[in-house]
Formats: sequence, structure tokens, C-alpha cells
Amino acid sequence: MSNTVATEVKVGFKSPIVMGSIGLLTIVFMGFLGREGMVGFEISRRQDVIQVPALDIDSSTLGIISGVLMLAISGFSLYRSMQNQKTPIWVSSIYGLIGVTALLGWLAAEGTVPIAFIAGTALVLAVPIILGAMAGIMSERVGITNIAIEGQLLTGAFMAAVVSSITKSYLLGTLSAMFAAALLSMVLAVFSIKFLAQQIIVGVVLNVLVIGITNFLYQQWLTEDAENVNFPGTLDIIRIPVLSDIPLLGPIFFENRITVFLAILIVPTIWFVLFKTRLGLRARAVGEHPLAADTVGIGVGRTRFWWVTIGGSIAGLGGAALTIGNAGAFGREMSGGFGFIALAVVILGRWHPISAALAALLFGFSIILRVWANQVSPGIPTDFITMVPYLVTIIAVVGFVGQSRPPKALAVPYVKG
Amino acid sequence: MSDLNKTDNMTSQVMKEILSGGLLRTVIAIVLGFLVGAIFMIGSNKEFVESLAYIFARPGDAFSAAAAVVGDGYGALFKGSIYNFDADTFEKAIRPLTETLRLGAPLIAAGLGIGLTFRVGLFNIGGTGQLIFGMIFATYVATRVELPMVLHMVVALIAGIVGAALLGALVGFLKARTGAHEVILTIMMNYIALYFFTFLMRNPDLLQESRATGNPKADAAAETALFPKLLGDSYSLHWGLIFALIAVVVFWWLMERSTIGFRLRMVGFNPDAARAAGINVEKTYILAMALSAGFVGVAAANQSLGVAVGVTPSAHANIGFDAITVALLGGSSGPGILLAGLLFGAFKAGSPSMQVIGVSPEVLGIVQGAIVLFIAAPPLIRAIFRLPKPQTTNALGEMRRRIFVKGGAK
Repeated sequence: MSNTVATEVKVGFKSPIVMGSIGLLTIVFMGFLGREGMVGFEISRRQDVIQVPALDIDSSTLGIISGVLMLAISGFSLYRSMQNQKTPIWVSSIYGLIGVTALLGWLAAEGTVPIAFIAGTALVLAVPIILGAMAGIMSERVGITNIAIEGQLLTGAFMAAVVSSITKSYLLGTLSAMFAAALLSMVLAVFSIKFLAQQIIVGVVLNVLVIGITNFLYQQWLTEDAENVNFPGTLDIIRIPVLSDIPLLGPIFFENRITVFLAILIVPTIWFVLFKTRLGLRARAVGEHPLAADTVGIGVGRTRFWWVTIGGSIAGLGGAALTIGNAGAFGREMSGGFGFIALAVVILGRWHPISAALAALLFGFSIILRVWANQVSPGIPTDFITMVPYLVTIIAVVGFVGQSRPPKALAVPYVKG
Repeated sequence: MSDLNKTDNMTSQVMKEILSGGLLRTVIAIVLGFLVGAIFMIGSNKEFVESLAYIFARPGDAFSAAAAVVGDGYGALFKGSIYNFDADTFEKAIRPLTETLRLGAPLIAAGLGIGLTFRVGLFNIGGTGQLIFGMIFATYVATRVELPMVLHMVVALIAGIVGAALLGALVGFLKARTGAHEVILTIMMNYIALYFFTFLMRNPDLLQESRATGNPKADAAAETALFPKLLGDSYSLHWGLIFALIAVVVFWWLMERSTIGFRLRMVGFNPDAARAAGINVEKTYILAMALSAGFVGVAAANQSLGVAVGVTPSAHANIGFDAITVALLGGSSGPGILLAGLLFGAFKAGSPSMQVIGVSPEVLGIVQGAIVLFIAAPPLIRAIFRLPKPQTTNALGEMRRRIFVKGGAK
């Protein structure tokens, strides 16, 4: 807005409209036109210490109940909009959880839903996306577009697998993954800050280069000598005593590999640094208004360089989570678009670490849901389920669900004048 | 000043650019790219690594091993993509060249599309999605519609172009209407298109092949819709090449001679000035994305109608992404993209013969990436070789400058 008079920001009616329509669709298609049969929601696994009985409910009844609850929340959102207030994020999250429950119940009619398994796998799958998104947030918050997250993840995955195999040390493998991905980010940073190259192009090109290098080394070296250089295995699963015995939450959050715990720790740390410390304030100033930041004595180039580089090392950790944290070996182009998903997650999370992590969980969930839905109800067009997060991202960027606004100086090189 | 004068100035300026550094820089980038590839080939060669153990005693071994692997590798690339000396007849010896032309054709067409958006100051990362949408339309016409010879092919080709252009126009519309950044929109569209395509190929009423095997696959294009062979049945080269060449001419005319092209370039140079001059910038974005995707659609038709094998979800063959490198290397000009497309087409054609002699053709991916990395940062090459700063800037440089000043992302 160009006029200097402070104008009241209008909260639109987009959220209640979108939420209400999805609620109605749920009632109709998963409720009244839903599928017959009981669904059992398994809360405890067989090996758990504390056993909670499974919840059984009729699939179409669940659809109706969920739809009604979703409509109620939409009503609340409508009320908030009429008061010109935004719908709080925790309300939207509850709404999302109810919708997901309805979807699970619909898919698993006459079957069971292993909640701990689905949620746990979604988290594990989301870890590389979360860490990649943190790299994206760290570099975009200081004004450097990072399309190279895919390359950073792939670099990390490759180095973690190879170095862990050769040195038999997961610690060295993880560190070298972070180091190599940081080096790659330095190239992005130097090209963007020093050579003033077009950041989007440099990002795309770095991806091409990393895919080329890892494909070549994989073909020429890793497949020839797989036992010695591409056989790292996976990190041990750590059970945190007591906490891991909590029903449902325990198996999901407290019985995992170190990569998952690190991701859970890194997200709030970045949030804290970015929004609660002087360091973060300076970084955001560089991303929003580099000239002003420079005027008060903040080194724009230096800040950008280090944030991009450290962000890259976090993406490298995400890459390590792909190999030694999940698959147990490196595979050709195994990051398979996670870097681009991370890019979407950054925008969906509105450049906020915690929201981005939640958005990453949505993607992780959609991936496992596709696999699982194929098993419980073959014949359901799972391609559409996989498509949903990408559609949601488009809906978010075109501004139907709240405007997502990037840092102001994003992709604008700063030349000291 | 008359319009004619202006275009004359423009052409002479283009010539000046080519002579003054653009071309030199491109050649240097390509040479450096091959050097980087050679380093990887040498480094991963067993004989070379073994000879390193006694490199001070007999350095000759290491050098000869290195020279041998590079010579073998790039020699096989040449034999597989241009001229095969080992063949007994001339017809067989030039087969590699026809393969290069065949595989280069879709890269050229799609490269033109991506290059067009660069000229307008946009980034179309969505070549893959647009290609897939084109393939959906072209494959549908080619497998589910019955038409007479020639007409069927033409309709399928147009369907491919229209299908791709529709998706491009949608992205342009969303950008113009809401200000959403086209990079994000196109990347998301890539995935949506891919899953949509897979869904269609699982559905017997839509695109699934008649003898379904459970895997997503479409029927082969009807014979009436197939691109005819260009040099008889002994070569796989087909009319896709002709359509790509026509696309180059159309692109050149569109960008350099037509009013639309003038408008597109004007928005690319300076959207604010264009707006002040009465050009509807938003409409131009929609038009640019649609035209760009239309060129990608020619590549889509090539993938759907080029071979008598049903398409699968992977039939896009990464052309949408490779097209970005083609457009960058070709400097977003018609002739440049033609040559760049042929170079990367040669990489694809030469891959199998490199595989045969035991050099992983994936090294060509490194060469490709390294070339465009050097292209992407002219100051880097200038710094390495101490070249003078160019007097004039090419279209890409102009676009880069625009984004520095204005800020690309919204």
C-alpha cells in the first residue's frame, strides 16, 4: 500500500469458505455416500507396554461426525472473520486432524488404521523435507532464493552413505554430509553475492550438476564396489525411557533415529534464533531491507553468506536422514523431488520454521498415505491423494488461504552503492 | 526513426554481441565443461588410480592412463553421436548423426519455449508439466480418435501444442491475477501434471492401453498419427526434426520480426516502461507463458507421436528440465538454441556407446551441468580468463539486470 495512513487490514472470508466447502464434501462423500463397514483405529502397537484398546466406529458414521465437526469449526472461523480476526493456527490444525481422521476411516472401511505406524512413518519421511525447508527458510530470510535444496539433500545423502561406509562411523558420515552440502551452498552464495548471478538459474544449474555428479559416481563407483562404499546400514533406533511408553505419542516421537530427534530440536532452535535473538533480527533485516541493514553497520554480504552456508549444512543433515536415517544405502537421484517439496513447504509455512515443519508433515503424510491406501483399498485413485499437497501449495501462493508474503529483498542482489 | 531502422540496429547489435564475447564465452564454457567431465572420468578410472601409487617413479603411466580414458570416453561419444568410423557402410556410419538429430529435436523445441520466457523476464521451470499436458492431449488424439492419414497427425500435433499451452496460460493467468511467482507455480504444476497423467494411464476409459498390464501405460499412437520416417525405415529419424526446425523459424520470426515479439521483449527489458507505453503487462505474461508452453508442446507431440511404443509416466524423459540448460546455453536466441539442442541431443545419442566401452555416460550430465554453470555467471569466466567487460549486453544479461533492479520474486 502506497499511502502512509495506516489502514485496517481486512481479514477475508476465504478461510471459512474453503473450510466449509471441504466440510460439506466430507459429510456427503465420506458420510452419506461413504463406505459401509467398521473401522478400527489401533492406538497401541502389540509390543507396547501400556495397551489402549482400539476404537471401533462405522466408516460412514465417522464421515458424518467429522463433517459436522468440520462445519462447526468453519462456523467458528466465519465468526472470527466477521469480527475481522484471523482463524488461529491451532484451530486450523484441529480442523486438519479431523479431516485426516475422516479420510483414514473412509479408506480403511472393514479394516484397521495403525495410527502409530502411519504417523511415525510420516514423520520419518518428513524429516528430509523439514530440514530442507529449514535450509530454504534460512537462505530466503536473508534474501537469497534457494532452488538448490534438491542438490543439497542429494549431496548430503551421497556423502553420508559413502563416508559412513568407508569409515564405519555414522558421526563422520553425518558431518561430511553437512560439510559437503555447506560447500555447495557456498557456491550458491558466492555466485549470488559476489558474481551477482541470477539466483534461480544458479540454483537450477547446481541441481543439474549435483544430479550429474552423483549419478556418475553411483554408476561408476558405488554399483561396482557396493559392499565397501555403499553399505552403510541405518542408525540405531533410540528409545527414550519412560517417554517412549506414552501411548500413541511415545512410538511416534520418542522411539526414533537421532536424525528425527535432531530435526525436532533444530526447528524450534531456528525459530528462536530467527525471531528472539539479535542475530535473527539482523538476518531478517538483511532479507527485508539490505540498504537499511547496511546503513546501521550489518555486513549484508557476510550475513547472507553464512546463513546460506549454515542452512546448507542443515539440508545436508536432511540428506543424511535419507540414507543412514532411513533407506540404508544411496540410490540414484534418491532425493526424488524432496528439495522441491521443501521449497513448497517454505512458502506454505510462510517462511516460518514451525509452520513449515507442520506443512512438511502434511507432505510426509501424503506420501505414506498413498502407499498405505494402495494396500487397504486397492483401486482408489491414490494419484489424487499424492497431488493434494501440491494443489494446496498452489492455492496458498495464489492467496486463497491467507497471503504468503516472502521477504522483501528476496532474489535481489545487494550492491553497495 | 522508422521501424525498419530499429530492426537493422537490432540485428547489427546481435552480430556485435556474438562477435564481441558472447560466442567466445560460450565456447570457453563448453571447453571447460568437457574438461570438468574429463577430470571426473580420470578420477574414477582404476588404472589411473593404481598408477598414482608410483606416480613419482613412472609418471608416464598415470598420464597415459588418463589420456586413454578421456580419449576412449569422448571418442565413444563422437562415434555414438556423429560418425561411426567402425561401420562397414556409409549408411551405418552416419546413423549416429541421425540419432543426434532425432534426440535433439524435442530439446530444441522445448528449449525455444523456455528461452522465450527468459526473454520476457520470466522463469518457466515447468517444462516437464507442460510437456506432460501436451502428451496427454496428443496421446489422447493419437490413440482414441480415428482420422485419415496426415490429418490425424496434424490434429494430434496441434492437440499437443494446445494442451501444453493451456497449462502455460493457466500459470500465466495465476501470475498475472494474483502475483504468485511463476517458479513456484510451475514446479508444483510439474508434479500435479505427472500424477494426473499417471491417473489417466491407469483408467481404461481414458488413456490406459487396451491390453492393460497393471502398470500405467498408454497404447501406441495409431499409425495414421505417427510422425513419418524422414530417411526411410533404416533410420529412426522422423518428422519431429522438421517440426523442431519449423519451430526455430517461427520463434525467430516471432521474437525478432513480429509485433507480439516486440511487446514480449519490451516487457522483458523493462516492464514499468512497457506499462507506461501502454502495453498490458499482465496480458503479456499470460501470452508469454502460453506461447512458451506451446513450443514445449511441439516437443510433447514429438514424445507421443515419434515412436510406435505407448507412452509411460516417464516418457517426458526429463526434457522439460534439460530445456532450461538448452535455453541458457543457447542464450535464448533461435539459432543458439538450435545448436545447444543439438549438442545435448548428441549427449543423449552418444550415451549408449560410452556405456559399451565401460565409461558411465552419466559423466555427460556433469559436462552439461558444468557448461551451464559457467554460462550462468559470465563474471566468473571473465575473471578466470581476464576477458574485457562486454560493451553490449545480450538478452539474458538484460534480463539479469532487470531482476537485480526490480526484484524477481513477489
